[in-house]
Amino acid sequence: MSVDEVLVMPDLRGHFGKFGGRFVPEALMAALDELDDAFRKAMVDPSFLAQLHDLQVNYTGRPSPITHAKRFSEHAGGATVLLKREDLNHTGSHKINNVLGQGLLTQRMGKTRVIAETGAGQHGVATATVAALLGLECVVYMGEEDTKRQALNVARMKLLGATVIPVTSGSKTLKDAINEAMRDWVANVQDTHYMLGTVAGPAPFPEMVRDFHRIIGDESREQMLERFGRLPDVVAACVGGGSNAIGIFTAFIPDSDVRLLGLEAGGDGIETGRHASTIVGGAVGVLHGARSYIMQDDDGQTIESHSISAGLDYPSVGPEHAYLADIGRAEYRSITDVQAMNAFKLLCETEGIIPAIETAHALAGALEIGKELGKDAIILVNCSGRGDKDVETAAKWFDMNP
Amino acid sequence: MSLLHEVFARAKSENRAALIAYLPAGYPTADGAVECIAAMVAGGVDIVEIGFPYSDPVMDGPTIQEAVNISLVGGTKSATVIETVKRVSELGVPTLVMSYWNPIERYGLESFATDFHAAGGAGVITPDLTPEEADDWIAATDEQDVERVFLVALSSSDERISKVASVTTGFVYAGAVMGVTGARASLSDAIEGLVTKVRRHTELPVAVGLGVSTPEQAHEIAQYADGVIVGSAFVTAIANGGPQAAKALAQALSQGLSR
Repeated sequence: MSVDEVLVMPDLRGHFGKFGGRFVPEALMAALDELDDAFRKAMVDPSFLAQLHDLQVNYTGRPSPITHAKRFSEHAGGATVLLKREDLNHTGSHKINNVLGQGLLTQRMGKTRVIAETGAGQHGVATATVAALLGLECVVYMGEEDTKRQALNVARMKLLGATVIPVTSGSKTLKDAINEAMRDWVANVQDTHYMLGTVAGPAPFPEMVRDFHRIIGDESREQMLERFGRLPDVVAACVGGGSNAIGIFTAFIPDSDVRLLGLEAGGDGIETGRHASTIVGGAVGVLHGARSYIMQDDDGQTIESHSISAGLDYPSVGPEHAYLADIGRAEYRSITDVQAMNAFKLLCETEGIIPAIETAHALAGALEIGKELGKDAIILVNCSGRGDKDVETAAKWFDMNP
Repeated sequence: MSLLHEVFARAKSENRAALIAYLPAGYPTADGAVECIAAMVAGGVDIVEIGFPYSDPVMDGPTIQEAVNISLVGGTKSATVIETVKRVSELGVPTLVMSYWNPIERYGLESFATDFHAAGGAGVITPDLTPEEADDWIAATDEQDVERVFLVALSSSDERISKVASVTTGFVYAGAVMGVTGARASLSDAIEGLVTKVRRHTELPVAVGLGVSTPEQAHEIAQYADGVIVGSAFVTAIANGGPQAAKALAQALSQGLSR
């Protein structure tokens, strides 16, 4: 497959190779068509693009810098580890990129209410933020389990004026929050936009969310050439649904010498079955409106995923990642809770940066591949979020509570 | 003519709508489901939909979510669903399966169509399979003479209704509400208009479901639709009063179906 063919993905029906598509109730088809239409018109409308750009610069604080993690690099086989600082964005993660785009689209569609699912709470906070900014009513569905793991973000959402609904069905985590958000959407589709927070779900979500996040990679590529005079050898990012990873990968897909490395949550280890590594340890199936790699049993029932990171604790993955894995353009590895938490602490102590635990999976991947490639390699890591929300989890993990 | 279409034709000749009942396989138990369905058929149910329990029922409200959960915790597998189809179709009623797409895809499309047909099943309702994604399913079901049922919604455009009708072979399932399954106090006036629109695109029977629970609602829908589909109300009846309550509900509903 040529690079050009990769670039035109998805096809007109939202397929990335055999992945993606739309597997939804008929009741949602009209809304998806409406969204698709609004998205395509907006992306070629100079006034929309100018409005989005203005918010990216003057509200989010873009472009985000690249930080050379010098002391951290010493632990990565001497390879140079660079951090794309999405953690410095307003609201503390990459998630703001997507919600600004979708928020403006919501207004263009004349809808007044947004709903969202959230795992770690980052997307929920970002959605609540943009809803406040644009004057939209906001309801966030969050697994009850996650509301406990991420209490700080629950409070942030409430402060921003959002209603947070704890979801008590199923595994009480991200996948169940998505189920509940979809139920809400079907019933309220007339005035409500579902602000899906990752590159999963039915078309056009995977493509649309990617396009709102691709600014991460577009900026990075330019910054690399400007400051280092070359592209990185590896671009690494954590993958749950996969939005930050697609965001930083997209600009580099045509650069066939640049390795794209996605790090999935390995939980207790793939061999234990308690993990969230859908590409490394899952099988092809349909979940939440798209065909991708999912975690399922022999009867097609979803298997609950496990990860210390609420944001990666999801039993499917964006269909474009499934596709990039299948054609060999990107490589996916699994990082256990232990590996991630070690990398988390290392970044805190060597760089003075507390990363999100999600991001720590990418950092652990950088340490691993750095050792494989040695000191001439440059590894660009998407530092997708900051770790304030994870302080309690980390304090417990490292036994730091008084 | 297939048994399914014969039953619709018979109801029409009796100047009434057909009563279609939904119950998940394995609820309240594998045997209990068959027992309840037998009682419902004795009470006047014409066509049975067996739900394929699934871990992520995004189109279902709390009542069916709970029933499905009980079924899955009770150990329901794909084989249980096929076995239930076999036992229910032996009652002489057209038996369909209603399933989210992933369990069928995981089973294998050809294998599922083959085993379902061998069990005596009449057709399969696939509420989250869009016509656009259905090419392989159409081939597999044509091969095995399994009827396909797709849904239309109140939000469906004429173009979409036409597309749905063109791939449907059993009956067109018209969703009476925009939302998940579960009893509603009142139904939209727009549903009759939707059924009228569907009829412009197909000669197939049109059945109305989602939110329908009372004899009064059934009576109203029976005036313009070929079938009335009731699900959550049967689940609730069984939870409260077992097979007898399910039979009583079927009797009450079927009395409301005459025109």
